Amino acid sequence: MFDIDRWREIFQSMNKNKLRSVLSGFTVAFAILLFTLLFGVVSGLRNTFSEAFVDDAANSMFVRVWKTSKPFRGLQSGRRVQLKNKDYNYVDNKYEDKIQFMTARIYKNFSVAYKSNQDNYRFRAVHPDHQFLEKTVMDEGRYINQKDLKESSKVIVIGRLVKSDLFGEKPALGKRVNVGGISYKVIGIFSDDGGDNEERQCYIPVTTAQRLYGNNDYISQINIGYDPNLSLSQAIAFGNRLERDLRNKMDIHPDDQSALSVRNMAEANQNVNMFMLVLFFIVVIVGSGTLVAGIIGISNIMIFAIKERTKEFGIRKALGAQPSSIVGMVVQESVLITTIAGYLGLTLGTFILDQIGNGLEDYFIKDPSVSPGIVIGATIVLILSGLIAGYVPAKKASRIKPIVALRAD
Amino acid sequence: MIRIKKLHKSYPIGKDSLHVLKGIDLHIKEGEFVSIMGSSGSGKSTLLNIVGLLDEHDEGDYYLNGQLIKNLNEKKAAVLRNKFLGFVFQSFNLISYKTALENVSLPLYYKGIGRKERQKTALDYLDKVGLKDWATHLPSELSGGQKQRVAIARALVTNPKVVLADEPTGALDSTTSDSVMDLLKDINDEGMTVFVITHEEEIAAQTDRIVRLKDGVIISDTLTVKTKAI
Repeated sequence: MFDIDRWREIFQSMNKNKLRSVLSGFTVAFAILLFTLLFGVVSGLRNTFSEAFVDDAANSMFVRVWKTSKPFRGLQSGRRVQLKNKDYNYVDNKYEDKIQFMTARIYKNFSVAYKSNQDNYRFRAVHPDHQFLEKTVMDEGRYINQKDLKESSKVIVIGRLVKSDLFGEKPALGKRVNVGGISYKVIGIFSDDGGDNEERQCYIPVTTAQRLYGNNDYISQINIGYDPNLSLSQAIAFGNRLERDLRNKMDIHPDDQSALSVRNMAEANQNVNMFMLVLFFIVVIVGSGTLVAGIIGISNIMIFAIKERTKEFGIRKALGAQPSSIVGMVVQESVLITTIAGYLGLTLGTFILDQIGNGLEDYFIKDPSVSPGIVIGATIVLILSGLIAGYVPAKKASRIKPIVALRAD
Repeated sequence: MIRIKKLHKSYPIGKDSLHVLKGIDLHIKEGEFVSIMGSSGSGKSTLLNIVGLLDEHDEGDYYLNGQLIKNLNEKKAAVLRNKFLGFVFQSFNLISYKTALENVSLPLYYKGIGRKERQKTALDYLDKVGLKDWATHLPSELSGGQKQRVAIARALVTNPKVVLADEPTGALDSTTSDSVMDLLKDINDEGMTVFVITHEEEIAAQTDRIVRLKDGVIISDTLTVKTKAI
């Protein structure tokens, strides 16, 4: 197989016909480059989308309320809707079998001080399950537990950045902080993949907030983690039923979207899944199109190149070249060009994707890259097509009688 | 060396066929210097192509070096061409991107000879046609006469049994023509069988035997005067 003279012939022919070699190589390199970039950009989009949902558990639902915009059952529009503990308990009891985690949320803002350091932070008064719904990671200490709820303990779980703001490098666990004039004990420090804002939050027990600030049973929001064994459509049905029940219970018009909403991640997930599927199909179609264009490009150039060399092949045959040696020479040349060019296109594409990095994050493209499998697959397809693109016309040319080939101009 | 009996050849033209060679009988012995004369359309090029295994005949027998040529596939024909035949064409047919030396050594490559020996042999033959100093030049840098001498060196390099020359002087002026013919004569003097096709009386007159072809048949086969004198 390895014939140094054959390689010499090929390199000479490529060298002496630079334009032809460069053109056919360019087609392949360009096809592979586009292919790499396309798949890279799509992987970047996928990264962005999957990251957008890492903050919260994928099986979450949020029940939120505002003001009514439609009169219903004798009640006027513009009525302020308020979630209370009884609503929480109603949902908890009625759908116990469909719920994995559940928590209330009360939003507050307080200034927090430790010694001479002080700043304003956002607070969430929550149930213990909140930790799992928000995917809160405990770095030190513990999260709020049932005992804290029962005793309305003045305990606080602070974000990693709150800790570094107030305590710096010093230990914070067990220390007391001043929250709007009331002393709380730090029982835990957490981190969250949701970003800096999430790590500047503080958590306190929901009962503590209700007793200390207003002495009522109001809650701002209910977060539910539905049973992950539910299918997407079951989860969506659950969300719809929950919404109807709550509207009915709280005397809200069934179509009053501005009074109460149940935001269901199952629906969002379904949309994202659809979107990724459509995107995948588009990429497969466009990607194969690019490859086909590359293949047609090589075939065209090979046909032209071989036509141009018909006379040369005639001379070679008159001098004693066997048809197989001519076919072999052309195919080897074609495969060599395809391989080198494919490799160049691949390297350039990977380099460009590498340079992009996170520079296009504003356009929803994050850390674009291609899996080696796809690219190697594409290159193999191109090498094979280079082989066929060289073989078919070369075989045809080698069958032309030398006398006809010699007459060709 | 070459023995042809009742050779026929026709080419299909649309539905009809053109009968080009109508029963040729020819015997060329080793060491002869023969020319085939004829106007265009007489069938002389067809005859050369068949003799040179570049084309196939329809009927009749053709023996090359005692071997019956029949139903040759491309591969066998290529081997026989490489072994027994050297070609010189009117339009030189050098490969444009190869130097004179590389053109001359190409038949040796197809014979399977090593690179070093190829170059040495090729250079010897270039020397023989007086172009040793032009070995590294491309065909485009050579004059017509020089190109034809490179082509002759290429035809000779495998030491074939027969050199077939198709209008070797057709593209050359008369002075260069004479030098090319002198070269072919020298080769013949060394014992090589040389088979020239031409339509010029002057060229044919420099060979030892003239076969005249007209409308696909041989009308005369004569030895030239100077041969008779010897």
